[in-house]
Amino acid sequence: MIALQHAKIDAHYVVRLPEADDFDFWRERARTLVQSDVPPERVAWVEPGGSGDLFAAAASPHGERQMPVPPPGASLVRANKRFVSLARNAILHSDADRFALLYRLLWRLQAAPRMMEDKADSDVRRIEELAKNVRRDSHKMHAFVRFRLVEPEGLESPEGPEGEEVGEHYVAWFEPEHHILRANAGFFMRRFANMKWSILTPQGCLHWDGKTMSEGPPAQRSDAPEGDPMEDLWRKYYASIFNPARLKVGAMLKEMPRKYWKNMPEAALIPELIAGAQAREATMVAAGALEFDQRPETLTAIDKALHACRKCPIGNLDNHAVMGEGPQDAALMIVGEQPGDQEDLAGRPFVGPAGQLLDSHLERAGIDRQRAYVTNTVKHFKYVMSGKRRLHKSPAAKEIDTCRWWVEAERAIVQPRLVLALGASAARGVLGKTVSITKARGAPIVLDDGSELWITAHPSYLLRLEGPACEEQTRLFDADLAAVKVRLAQLEQN
Amino acid sequence: MAAKTILEKLGILADAAKYDASCASSGTTKKSSLGGKGIGSTEGMGICHAYAPDGRCISLLKVLLTNHCIFDCHYCINRKSSNVERARFTPQEVVDLTLNFYRRNYIEGLFLSSGIVKSSNHTMEQMVEVARILREEHDFRGYIHLKTIPEADPQLAHQAGLYADRVSINVELPTDAGLTRLAPDKDARQIEGAMGQVTSDLAENKDARKRFRHAPRFAPAGQSTQMIVGADKASDADIVGKASRLYDSFKLRRVYYSAFSPIPDASAVLPLKRPPLIREHRLYQSDWLMRFYGYKPAEVMQATDADGNLPLDIDPKLAWALKFRESFPVDVNRASREQLLRVPGLGVKAVHKIVASRRHRTLRLDDVAKLTLSITKVRPFICAADWRPVTLTDRADLRSLLAPKTEQLELFTT
Repeated sequence: MIALQHAKIDAHYVVRLPEADDFDFWRERARTLVQSDVPPERVAWVEPGGSGDLFAAAASPHGERQMPVPPPGASLVRANKRFVSLARNAILHSDADRFALLYRLLWRLQAAPRMMEDKADSDVRRIEELAKNVRRDSHKMHAFVRFRLVEPEGLESPEGPEGEEVGEHYVAWFEPEHHILRANAGFFMRRFANMKWSILTPQGCLHWDGKTMSEGPPAQRSDAPEGDPMEDLWRKYYASIFNPARLKVGAMLKEMPRKYWKNMPEAALIPELIAGAQAREATMVAAGALEFDQRPETLTAIDKALHACRKCPIGNLDNHAVMGEGPQDAALMIVGEQPGDQEDLAGRPFVGPAGQLLDSHLERAGIDRQRAYVTNTVKHFKYVMSGKRRLHKSPAAKEIDTCRWWVEAERAIVQPRLVLALGASAARGVLGKTVSITKARGAPIVLDDGSELWITAHPSYLLRLEGPACEEQTRLFDADLAAVKVRLAQLEQN
Repeated sequence: MAAKTILEKLGILADAAKYDASCASSGTTKKSSLGGKGIGSTEGMGICHAYAPDGRCISLLKVLLTNHCIFDCHYCINRKSSNVERARFTPQEVVDLTLNFYRRNYIEGLFLSSGIVKSSNHTMEQMVEVARILREEHDFRGYIHLKTIPEADPQLAHQAGLYADRVSINVELPTDAGLTRLAPDKDARQIEGAMGQVTSDLAENKDARKRFRHAPRFAPAGQSTQMIVGADKASDADIVGKASRLYDSFKLRRVYYSAFSPIPDASAVLPLKRPPLIREHRLYQSDWLMRFYGYKPAEVMQATDADGNLPLDIDPKLAWALKFRESFPVDVNRASREQLLRVPGLGVKAVHKIVASRRHRTLRLDDVAKLTLSITKVRPFICAADWRPVTLTDRADLRSLLAPKTEQLELFTT
């Protein structure tokens, strides 16, 4: 630098900024200082309300110097876009040394125009850090400002002349960490353009009336409204959307540090939600996800475990589990609905009236029951008491789904080539969904292990019918059994 | 039975919506309410307006229109056979809630999903109606995400895309077998068909906007989907494979993973244990590797263990590096961007900084330390001007040196 011989080299300058966030003022002064070759260590920057640094105090006895006048023909001050965009943000930081840092960088940039790329340089890292802190603070302001509705009546409009229509007014109290209020006015204006709102902060206020933005002096928390009826709904939402099964308090604190909590209506719930989470998850698991043990691997093991099953209310009735019966390598598996009164007493499937009817039809179709594995989709007898008699009651979908675990265990061991489901409950127990028998009968459904599912009516249905309807259904039932017989023979040949 | 209040309905229908992972409100076009009649803006980056103690952000009002459902999917709390309490919002109620929350700066917009009542078309019509009232009657310019129903009429899905910023269809489970077993009423082919329809609508719209500047926008934030992890037997390799196929064929913005979590009133077909939450995290990390680090799906699968799952104790990038040690060390002063991106511990930003800084100086280990979060993790895999990890890269116990230490129990805790 040629200007090193300049006399003002020992001069100290103090620049007093009119506003803590006034980038344009800083830029204008910095430009003049660089053009006048004033090195960074000879400038002190003082923001309003700031006492200035020691250096400024030391400089003052000699009296503050007027700003230098750049020599005519001084070269233009160079700064690249990257620096300007970082500086615009960094200048909003609450760090008192930011102006000096920016000036130092600007000074160095004149000799090394590409130094902003050197990310390992400590000044470059510092400005990036400041800018990042400010961006984060702005982002948190966009996120955590909470407006409260001030009812029009009883409110004196803080701005706007008399006679103007007073609409709903939304007011927020926010405490930013850096000088970001003015810089973020645009965001709230673009977002709530047709709403009347005010943001009050300890640094100053913003008021938007739907047309113009105005600024006000620093405010206090008590200037803002106390609450809003909508906050109950918001808190309800906050508590309901939280999944107690995945507590991650650290992750929450990282993004929503405690310092913001006091101005957020939902934050009051947090301690309670955390404390209740484990209990809520435990209830959820206890009420829901059934802790079945490892699936039994032999029929004997199933038989043994079955009797202890209390996973659904049926298991708690006065009854006994009825295990399936038949050869373990059966090609045909016949699944019924649930044991009836007689099956419950005998401990064997299909021995009551419906069982006898089934036997006769199987015989007519030429299917040997002794070679089939016969079982039920629900293992316990569900009934209601009518006087002294136990009357059959159909199992609920949820009970079938619960018991499906047992049927699947049986299927995994027996590995039948063909499953014949009698009735809608049995079909649900195998398929997992409810199907219409009228639609599903007569054609196989391929199951995920490659076996075939055939669906027909339950024999007890035939018992309840009379006259032509009974004849018609019996004919269909027999046709289904005949088709199963044919298909079974084909499957067994392969 | 007395009619439920809005407060009660909100409790039920927000509770039912919490199993949807997505809460993104980013990536849409810039909108502002200046010059309009209503409120709302979107400026590219999404905003998280609050965080719940589960660590997840709350950006949108995420609710179901109703949790009545004619479907019976076993992993879902709202399935027909579950006996959870049911509720139903009218479209106007959802609109009012959205606007009231938005005016108070609680949210970025609405994420509306629904159980299926009456029919898929009927439900979809109601959801589109919510978006229509918001956009047309209130000139709402905030974010709208609609979870469309694959079984509904494509015309309705198209309508949804015209109002919404983002549409999504859940593929639910990574394998078709899992879907058949756990969601018997759903059909994989139909789901992918509906996703394909959205993809072609998006492409068509892009084309139309090239020719007609004022062509209405169709879902400017694109399409996403969600998969449940750990409810069926699919391994991480299956899941990564499925995700990459979805990204390729449907140009998805995001595939979300949701670790299957215990739900009240669960069905017995579900697995006995919930998967560790870390598994979901590892899958997201692998997702990142594919989207931002230039890993091919096959390469991510190479990082899996013998059982097809990603290791839980170390991240997939480190797992890959440990398997392919011959690719290291990488010279920070010479290596290409792509090579640097493979170094465990170096993120996209750090690599960017390294590439920019090395034009100005020859990087020493100290310099690299300034540009990264943790030099210890990076050190074994790089060379710098004054550093060469002579034996470190070849050490057999490298994995245990680098794996995060498990917390040791205190001997003298009180």
